[in-house]
Amino acid sequence: MKLTGSQILFRALKEEQVETIFGLPGGAVLDIFDELYRSDVNHILVRHEQGAIHAADGYARASGRVGVCLVTSGPGATNTVTGIANAYMDSIPVVVLTGQVSTMLIGNDAFQEVDITGITRPCTKHNFLVRRVDELGRTIREAFKIARSGRPGPVLIDLPKDMMQSTADVETLSHALTYPEERQEPIEESCARALWLVRKAKKPLLFVGGGVILGKASEELRAFVRKLDLPVISSLMGLGAYPGTDPRWLGMVGMHGTYYANMAISHCDLLIAVGVRFDDRVTSKLDAFAPHAQIVHIDIDPTSIEKMVKTHVGIVSDCRPALQTLNRMLDEDPSMVPGERTRAWLEQVAKWKAKMPLTYHPGERIKPQHVIERLYKLTRGEAIVTTEVGQNQMWAAHYYHFDHPNTFISSGGLGTMGFGLPAAIGAQVACPDRVVVDIAGDGSIQMNIQEMATAVHYGLPVKVIILNNRYLGMVRQWQELFYGRRYSQTDLDHGPNFVKLAEAYGARGFRAEKPEDVDPTLRAALEAQGPVILDFQVEPEEGVYPMVKPGASLTEMDLGNGKVLAGSAVPEKVGAV
Amino acid sequence: MDPEVRENTISILVNNKPDVLARIAGTFSGRGFNIESISANVTRNPAVTKIIITTLSNRETLTKLVKLLNRLLDVLEVEDLTGMESARREMVLVRLKTNEHQNARVLKAVERYGWKVISNEPEGFVLEVTGDREDIDRALTILEPLGMDDFTRTGTVALANGHG
Ligand SMILES: Cc1ncc(C[n+]2csc(CCOP(=O)(O)OP(=O)(O)O)c2C)c(N)n1
Repeated sequence: MKLTGSQILFRALKEEQVETIFGLPGGAVLDIFDELYRSDVNHILVRHEQGAIHAADGYARASGRVGVCLVTSGPGATNTVTGIANAYMDSIPVVVLTGQVSTMLIGNDAFQEVDITGITRPCTKHNFLVRRVDELGRTIREAFKIARSGRPGPVLIDLPKDMMQSTADVETLSHALTYPEERQEPIEESCARALWLVRKAKKPLLFVGGGVILGKASEELRAFVRKLDLPVISSLMGLGAYPGTDPRWLGMVGMHGTYYANMAISHCDLLIAVGVRFDDRVTSKLDAFAPHAQIVHIDIDPTSIEKMVKTHVGIVSDCRPALQTLNRMLDEDPSMVPGERTRAWLEQVAKWKAKMPLTYHPGERIKPQHVIERLYKLTRGEAIVTTEVGQNQMWAAHYYHFDHPNTFISSGGLGTMGFGLPAAIGAQVACPDRVVVDIAGDGSIQMNIQEMATAVHYGLPVKVIILNNRYLGMVRQWQELFYGRRYSQTDLDHGPNFVKLAEAYGARGFRAEKPEDVDPTLRAALEAQGPVILDFQVEPEEGVYPMVKPGASLTEMDLGNGKVLAGSAVPEKVGAV
Repeated sequence: MDPEVRENTISILVNNKPDVLARIAGTFSGRGFNIESISANVTRNPAVTKIIITTLSNRETLTKLVKLLNRLLDVLEVEDLTGMESARREMVLVRLKTNEHQNARVLKAVERYGWKVISNEPEGFVLEVTGDREDIDRALTILEPLGMDDFTRTGTVALANGHG
């Protein structure tokens, strides 16, 4: 039986169990959208293609499945590039379907032609230009497999218009895949070596990242921590991998890490890093990073290991099988359980934790931290939280205590303002019964505000919480601290009336101006049926603390209110190789 | 960190597809590494191309580079030939515009060094020189004053001695 390219596409999507795609049509994809009209795939029409890719990304992060977006050639395709780079940096599995001019026109500067595979080569895990319709079915299956296997990432398929119109045999859908399985290296030996270090360690620390969430290894991680009774810190991407309300949890490490997480990493003698890539926002000054620690690094991507820091034991593996192996080995040898050996360390960590908790000072005006604290309470910690980028993102990370994986959805690697709202839409589509909140700044929200129309269109009840400080707040904070308070181009006064804007889109809008308004406003929003924008008029010059100055060691923390901790003298790295 | 920068030779087997060279080149340029020389052609299996690249870097950078290349889906195998016993050759085609006096000296050098004459016309020669890098450098130095007009030099090709 012969099928058109468009029909093959939808058959393949069905085989991949795709239920929803995010997109926006145009000339090069008319045939696909015509086929969509007949298909039972759910399509969410966004208002800008950047919204489509971020929504697919948010969908993937919330559901743990592959997100899909479909856009036209030329500007439709280029509008997705920021979102593709965003998914690439955070290793999120998405498949991006772009229209392309017909094969015989490619290379002729045809109307709405761009070399999107060329443009996205450095920011996709892989990409394809389909040149033969009988390769279409296999290519789509291959793309999904590549996106979700190994270290996940975005895969783009460029679909020339004539490929969608011409026909191929239905059998071509089941042609064998050409790329081999990503192999899992044997890890028994490296796991055993890692545990050898565990046996000797007096000050062990576990450092978790997004790889634990992507690798669906939270259960195994909990079991591992229970066995070894060691404190846990996390990167931004790792929030939710381990319960934020557990006493062993020390929160986020790095530039805006907690005092106790930064102290712990700077004093531990063994750092077990799981699914992290040692981003410079985590390590800060590399020479002074974890100066006393031997490092065990578990990561699926061999290029992450030894990329930033010297590693004593590298375990190239998905987090789940690695943790399973470690757990089994721990069960087999009870002598490994630390007990007395680490007691002094755990006491020290508890002291740090008690000494300098995350705090802020309530004042006349609404404090952004207070809004998040109250949101946490009123949602009982069970919301899916997306964020924009800047101070709002850091306050969300500090004051919403994520207990579950896939509930904190934030642009970590690329730091893309405008990510939060479309990501919230994607998350809400994936999880219709959950409360989904976008914690936003007044700057970021304006970068993809048009997606309010999408939320209204599909009745997606996302709650946008704008911490409105009338500044590009995080940049202002850097100008305050490092550029003599010269607030060059960070003043956002003259912003829109967000309540009216919400109403103009057909959503609800609420404003809160005083601390006592916070609770009722949040309650009203959470009780409202549809999408809501909340405008919290917060203290304009509130800062995010602790803060480690770029390039300083992690112990040199500015705690706000003029208190800056001098870095402790850092002796030579123990056993550096 | 090992500061010693040296010339490394890597041999890469890739799927013979239009965009593969761009992916390899992007892997170098995206991290600020320079390709010193490159040569590529199909292998016994026409669906597979072998690319030989020489690059200047220290050990550490090279290790990263090999890992990054291995991450590309169309890369089938990466072999670092740097430390290995291997045969290495370059080739250069040299065009000379000679006078009578130079003619005789060119022919003498050809004979002495075992070069090949590809064409011998009244206005000059095209010569082929094959050898290791030093051989080629020396040939070019010798030919420079003998009416050298232009030349095209290939990248290094290399093959490990042991297997291959
Ligand atoms: C697309 C994009 N442009 C610029 C930046 C640089 N940047 C980082 S944080 C920030 C300010 C964000 O302001 P706002 O959204 O109001 O959040 P706040 O920091 O005030 O919470 C800017 C401009 C960025 N991260 N992304």
